[in-house]
Amino acid sequence: MGSSGVDKSMTIAEAVGQIRDGMTIGIGGWGSRRKPMALVRAIARSGLRDLTVVSYGGPDVGLLVAAGNVSRVVCGFVTLDSIPLEPHFRRARREGRIRLTEVDEGMLRAGLSAAAQRLPFLPIRAGLASDVLRVNPELRCVVSPYDDAEELVAMPALTLDVALVHMNRADQGGNAQYLGPDPYFDDLFCLAARRRLVSCERIVPTAELVAGSPAQSLLLNRAMVDGVIATPRGAHFTSCEPDYGRDEEFQRRYAQSAASDEAWAEFSGEFLSGDEADYLARISERPRS
Amino acid sequence: MNAATRADVCVTACADAWAKDGGILASPMGLVPTLGARLARLTAAPDLLLTDGEAYLLADVPAGGPADESAPAIEGWLPFGRVFDILANGRRHVMMGASQIDTFGNQNISCIGDWARPRSQLLGVRGAPGNTVNHATSYWVREHSPRVFVPKVDMVCGVGNDRAASGPPSARRFHDLRLVISNLATLDFATPDGSMRLRSVHPGVSVGEVIAQTGFALTVPPQVPQTRTPGEAELRLIREALDPDNRREAEVGRT
Repeated sequence: MGSSGVDKSMTIAEAVGQIRDGMTIGIGGWGSRRKPMALVRAIARSGLRDLTVVSYGGPDVGLLVAAGNVSRVVCGFVTLDSIPLEPHFRRARREGRIRLTEVDEGMLRAGLSAAAQRLPFLPIRAGLASDVLRVNPELRCVVSPYDDAEELVAMPALTLDVALVHMNRADQGGNAQYLGPDPYFDDLFCLAARRRLVSCERIVPTAELVAGSPAQSLLLNRAMVDGVIATPRGAHFTSCEPDYGRDEEFQRRYAQSAASDEAWAEFSGEFLSGDEADYLARISERPRS
Repeated sequence: MNAATRADVCVTACADAWAKDGGILASPMGLVPTLGARLARLTAAPDLLLTDGEAYLLADVPAGGPADESAPAIEGWLPFGRVFDILANGRRHVMMGASQIDTFGNQNISCIGDWARPRSQLLGVRGAPGNTVNHATSYWVREHSPRVFVPKVDMVCGVGNDRAASGPPSARRFHDLRLVISNLATLDFATPDGSMRLRSVHPGVSVGEVIAQTGFALTVPPQVPQTRTPGEAELRLIREALDPDNRREAEVGRT
């Protein structure tokens, strides 16, 4: 297909088959924006247990928590953006079903950066004097060895077993491109992880990646990626600009499914019982309001 | 032009928070602070940097809130990573919301109740811990009540003056708590111990009302001025340019 490097394309099943119970999974995107939802849905169907999820959290966290795959969440927030509070996450917290490592957004980046650079920690001012230190008693501070002697939070490396991110385009070799307004921290998630799995709207020849858009849109290079999975509408129902916006109507339906066990059973029965092809068929036959 | 409504006064009070900030990033959370930041840019603070709430810096000041942009002209790119950089760099003044805020300006947006198993999970700490120890921070509270203005917050997300003072010097080096603007009043921390003080009451609000709706003892000066009302030009900007659909009205509580 005119790609550099070895062919890393794989199916959703092959990608999710690399994940084991108890692993730490980093998920790219931000809130309800450009989340690798096709891979998230596959994990939700997989029966995987006891995962730790590191995320700028959105419905990725909510869906996996609701499906029972997750025992611990590392995040600064979980939100659906247009619906500020993620109802599945709220419910799980209220019922005490998950452990939470709650850190400042900047601390999360520092932890991913530390992992990306193979450092034990990176210093950051965020967290000082806040209850982030109270609720995470394992966090330590360091004193600058220079004359300033400033005390700073030593944010530990958030090393990931697997990173899952969703891009607009990629080639078979793992060069991948975002075309929307914000890269979020998808490059950092990949650098922080041992296995890097990239879903995308379309796999295209390398020349096509480079032809249409500025080179700066090529966020990931082949050295940052182990698997490429073509998942058209793979971020649905989160946004994947400019390919599609957030499906607000579907997101409301998803949010309502947190109301009760019955509501969740109905939602997951309708949308998560088959595979991704079934899901795409379901959402396309859904009556539009 | 009709007299200023409470919502107009709140927008102007928010604008005044950024009036002297110069060429830094204004980060308003919510509609009323967003209108305030845009009003400030159009009046007292033309150098202020504004974002579209997504990833772009705005060249034009568009109407409406963050939800309904129709591709306004931009002057720059500011994805989340760059916001984190500018935040740590200090050239930013954020106005956040608060589910709880206490005597010393500690703010909570994380959860209500015991953190280990909260009665109500809210947003999470978001960027509040980093914001408050790095640059200027103000708050907007849409409904001033004892449920929000509490003696002690359940989870310190935004760092208040007492916590900053008792923390290491590195926690207070750039700590800069400015204003709390509610639907009833403007408050600050101009007290010897950094506790909250009533700075002005909005027109039509009595000092007694503010005291009754605050769940801790406020410092109340002998003479409490009234929050200023917007001038003709400001009113025109708010009503005709920034929020012609009067969406601000529903964003201001009725307490």
